[in-house]
Amino acid sequence: MIYMDNAATSWPKPIQVEERMVEALRTFGNGGRGAHGSALTAARMIYDTREMLAELFGASDPSRIAFTANSTASLNMAIQGLLVPGDHVITTECEHNSVLRPLYRLEKQGVELSILKADKNGILQYENLEKLYRPNTRAVVITHASNLTGNVTQLSRISSFTQRHGLLLIMDASQTAGVLPIYVEEMGIDVLCFTGHKSLRGPQGIGGIWVRDGLEIRPLSVGGSGIRSFDRTHPNTMPEALEAGTLNSHGIAGLYGALQYLNEMGIPVIYEKEMKLTRRFAEGVEALDNVKLYGSGLHEEQMRVPIVSLNIGDYDSASVGQWLWEDYEIAVRTGAHCAPLMHKALGTENQGAVRFSFSHYNTEEEVDTAIEAIRKYAL
Amino acid sequence: MREKRAYHVITFQTTTEAMAMEKFCETNHLSGRMIPVPREISAGCGLAWRVSSEEFPKWLKHVSETSLRYEKVTELMM
Repeated sequence: MIYMDNAATSWPKPIQVEERMVEALRTFGNGGRGAHGSALTAARMIYDTREMLAELFGASDPSRIAFTANSTASLNMAIQGLLVPGDHVITTECEHNSVLRPLYRLEKQGVELSILKADKNGILQYENLEKLYRPNTRAVVITHASNLTGNVTQLSRISSFTQRHGLLLIMDASQTAGVLPIYVEEMGIDVLCFTGHKSLRGPQGIGGIWVRDGLEIRPLSVGGSGIRSFDRTHPNTMPEALEAGTLNSHGIAGLYGALQYLNEMGIPVIYEKEMKLTRRFAEGVEALDNVKLYGSGLHEEQMRVPIVSLNIGDYDSASVGQWLWEDYEIAVRTGAHCAPLMHKALGTENQGAVRFSFSHYNTEEEVDTAIEAIRKYAL
Repeated sequence: MREKRAYHVITFQTTTEAMAMEKFCETNHLSGRMIPVPREISAGCGLAWRVSSEEFPKWLKHVSETSLRYEKVTELMM
């Protein structure tokens, strides 16, 4: 298999992920629910992983990071736990449904919603942001990079807006955590939502949320916390406030292994290799007749994550994906990418798009095979 | 019956605070161990850090120079 679907989930996982998870399955009790050896073994791993994530994201206090199942869980917590009817919130056409659907749900309950538009290359029209501001604007919810085009958001333009008006900046880092630098405190972020199984290279089912000191999120779930058992209300101290129920400590152990791997490899080294492969692929297919690439050009200053989405003529993107799999065992994502507004901005709501997303495990030979495949189909 | 000794028991609001304390003490070679909170004490978190009373002044000196959080300290024979 030639795996080019890393924006859906990274594959393969580093060996450290497997090792830490097997050790965890063999040794872990329930971390935070006891003081015996196996409970403490789990609790130590959970704490160490919090610390590593805090360091990765430039957060001074590890206890502000709560573990969740994934970005979707984190975004739901943030969006539904911070906004109330009467608030106005701004989001963008670049968003995934994990942002849009919680917002649409709140809209029905009386939250006002504005959406910053993107141009036909999927680049946000930042100059229009100010026009969306209202006296009751409370937050901006925005992705750090589009899962469809790979365009990276110019975050400083967003954070200067949120800081000027005293708004919350809630960032979806699904496509960037582990590949681009994120320093929450320096970058003016109030809530960071991330998943462990994409560029962080951990297992599926583990993600997290970082919440700025002083900001309290109403938890969606309450229940067992391992602390204050006789209180009728769930504790509001982080991270337990957002961690009702037993944590996925086996997943956390896997994430720890992934973070070990990233530290050994160096994230900038990984990003550079991935972008080299991305450029090689884009350059190989962009000149082909009948091939339409989406997103900003790869030669421009606009930053990108290692994603290239394209279509060939008017072929159904799902058919192209199926041919790639049947003819070359190339794994890509096709169809709609849970980003309906981005598809509309790009004009691909009917055709969908064929998305190639690379990892540093890919080789130039694999990229060349993918180019060759597209060339044949485009003839 | 097990002979009782004097300890200082440090309690926490959260498991995370407790784990941070354990890690700090181990890294700085401060003696002590994690125990379940004894019933004599009411605490937020079920984990407590136990230090022998002889070692407590050393523990306090080190910890007071950090931003580590804990709930309270109780002296107990246990």
